[in-house]
Amino acid sequence: MKMKTLAAMALAGAMSAAPAMADLVIPDLSYRTGPYAAGGTPFSDGYQDYFNLLNARDGGIGGEAIRIVECETGYNTEKGVECYESTKGEGALIYQPLSTGITYQIIPKATVDEIPIHTMGYGRTSAANGEVFNWVFNYPANYWDAASVMVNYLLEENGGDLSGKKIALVYHNSAYGKEPIRTLEELSAMHGFELSQLAVDHPGQEQKSQWLQIRRERPDYVLMWGWGVMNQVAVQEAANIGFPMENFIGNWWAGAEHDVTPAGAGADGYKSLNMNRIDASLPVFAEIQSLVHDAGNAAGDGSNMGSVLYTRGMYAAMLAAEAIAKAQEIHGVSDVTAAMVRDGMANLEITEARMAELGMSQIGPEFSVSCENHGGSGLGIVQQWNAADAQWVALTDYIAPDDSVIDPLIAADSAAFAAENNIEPGCL
Amino acid sequence: MLYREAGDFKTTYVADNQTFPLKLDRIGFWVTMAVAWLVIPFVINDYWASSLLVPFLIYAIAAIGLNILTGYCGQVSLGTGGFMAVGAYACYKLMTSFPDVNIMIHIVLAGGITAMVGAAFGLPSLRIKGFYLAVATLAAQFFLVWLFNKVSWFYNYSASGQISAPERLVAGVAVTGPSTPAWAQYLICLFFVTVCAVIARNLTRGTIGRSWMAIRDMDIAAEIIGVNPLKAKLTAFAVSSFFVGIAGALFFAVYLGAVEVGEAFGIQKSFLVLFMIIIGGLGSIFGSFAGAAFLVLLPVALKWLGVDVMGWPTDLVAHFQLVIVGALIMFFLIKEPHGLAQLWRLAKEKLRLWPFPY
Repeated sequence: MKMKTLAAMALAGAMSAAPAMADLVIPDLSYRTGPYAAGGTPFSDGYQDYFNLLNARDGGIGGEAIRIVECETGYNTEKGVECYESTKGEGALIYQPLSTGITYQIIPKATVDEIPIHTMGYGRTSAANGEVFNWVFNYPANYWDAASVMVNYLLEENGGDLSGKKIALVYHNSAYGKEPIRTLEELSAMHGFELSQLAVDHPGQEQKSQWLQIRRERPDYVLMWGWGVMNQVAVQEAANIGFPMENFIGNWWAGAEHDVTPAGAGADGYKSLNMNRIDASLPVFAEIQSLVHDAGNAAGDGSNMGSVLYTRGMYAAMLAAEAIAKAQEIHGVSDVTAAMVRDGMANLEITEARMAELGMSQIGPEFSVSCENHGGSGLGIVQQWNAADAQWVALTDYIAPDDSVIDPLIAADSAAFAAENNIEPGCL
Repeated sequence: MLYREAGDFKTTYVADNQTFPLKLDRIGFWVTMAVAWLVIPFVINDYWASSLLVPFLIYAIAAIGLNILTGYCGQVSLGTGGFMAVGAYACYKLMTSFPDVNIMIHIVLAGGITAMVGAAFGLPSLRIKGFYLAVATLAAQFFLVWLFNKVSWFYNYSASGQISAPERLVAGVAVTGPSTPAWAQYLICLFFVTVCAVIARNLTRGTIGRSWMAIRDMDIAAEIIGVNPLKAKLTAFAVSSFFVGIAGALFFAVYLGAVEVGEAFGIQKSFLVLFMIIIGGLGSIFGSFAGAAFLVLLPVALKWLGVDVMGWPTDLVAHFQLVIVGALIMFFLIKEPHGLAQLWRLAKEKLRLWPFPY
């Protein structure tokens, strides 16, 4: 009798320890703690809920069940490395770390381990050059696109002329925040606006001096590359100094509900970019509600559904799932490997018809990926916060970046990386 | 019974002064070394190397360095993160400027550069002490991080401000860069840990170490009996920074491969290393290892227990981790203010008497 229980326990232990190898393993390097948790939590909820929906509705992707392995990084690179190392052995198919710092960290490692990374609208911009970064993808848009979209929007606002205008960039003093500087410098030389740079140190709660400087210099526009608690503080500080909010534009990581609600009515009129549309009435949300949340499988507390970053997390999951489906189609097997998923990503094509079929019509732009171009279309929309109704209102349709500025920059930066690391550019 | 001096005869002064006077200790030391050098490299995998052993070894070097300054010489420093950054950036500049020179030499040189910077920031210690010195070293911390963020020469003008280690070989095997095998990563750290620990141990029981301890225990008295405070304090800063610089260079080049100064070498790092030596035991080489092990391995163990074994949500485990580590720190400081090293010392005292305590 006792032997039997022991054997059963050992068996149960062995089963829980050794995962069924047929699963599609998706690591979720999330952060639900620390100063960036406000952004990390809804993204991760959306990411997991979508995969859970696929499991509940379709039995996974192509009949293969999906297994999510969550690992808490706290937006910290050391923990990110630990998470990467602890999850890669489980047969991870794709990494989406939602952190530019961790992305820089794992790009070389994942390239050696041959696991694709998808950094949607973050990470290393020059990874758009697929011939150098074979294993890294950053479709549908990257930071340099965002900088260019912002400037194009401002050009449109000002009748095509920005000469003599003063634009300040408030940025997170890290690899993430420094990414757009090179593009903005280029654009400032091209369009004749004056660019001033104001760095905010991690985690971003101290911004008094930066905003004092803005108050003194009175720039015409303030652009922001912020994340986590920095966004809330910046919006509050801008409201405190009475900066006209409609001239304050954040990038797509500085434009979620939780960034503006703490400032209350003062945040009204604040603008930000977005790479996906927000529409709480999308059919996919109803499906998640009935098949995932009502079944008690919601990730987190289930309160974030439909918010900006939840939607983006779900969008990221959808792009990953579509890439896996594409890989299954290309290779004719359902139990794909990481290398096959890379092929799926390199041949991914997202059409409006497909998005509508998935119940998320118009959520993102149509784009296609190729072996050379991992960057997608680079489109972004400008949205504005309406504090009275507590919602983001899209002001524009998708705005295209100025590829004539960005493409040479990407070519130069990726060539430098290739030279540094002895990479012979070419398709796999 | 087994653990005692009796029967272990010393016939020379050298034998009498050895680090481990008891035979069992010597055996234990050599067994540990044998396991570390001859067994672990053959069984190590990527996860064990990059999540546990490599950070443990690197933090142990940093903790030894800070322990020399704070534990042996009594100068409180909050600049460890900044000095690690000096080591990392020095190593990066050397690696990229002189790609043909062996990385081992670069790491030692990075330590040397950090020693000079550390000695320069140690100058105020001649005038100020205690909390005031802590604030002065805090200034070093913030100044150095600011410097490496501001001056783009230090990161070779890269757009992101990140530095990333190119691949470098030692005896034909990559020790930096992504294709480094786990055992090579581990062995290079183990090599530096072993050398640093032996140097530190022998420095601290020689003339120079005694002058540090004299300054720590009472600087005026030390000065009266002929210890030169200028020399003692500055050598403590230099030697300490040398070790911390080596730790920073390894942290960047071997462990992470790419760092961002504000995040990797911020004030948190200074506190982390300070906690290591406080928990491990001030003024003890063993304590540096124990403290590093405690603060590196415990969070990973708790995470493994909570997430992989118990299946709890990751955020809950991350929060619990903070609570448990914090509670354990308080518990140890109340129960044993002299750290884990003192517990070890007491255990050894008891063992000597066992099984016939009087």
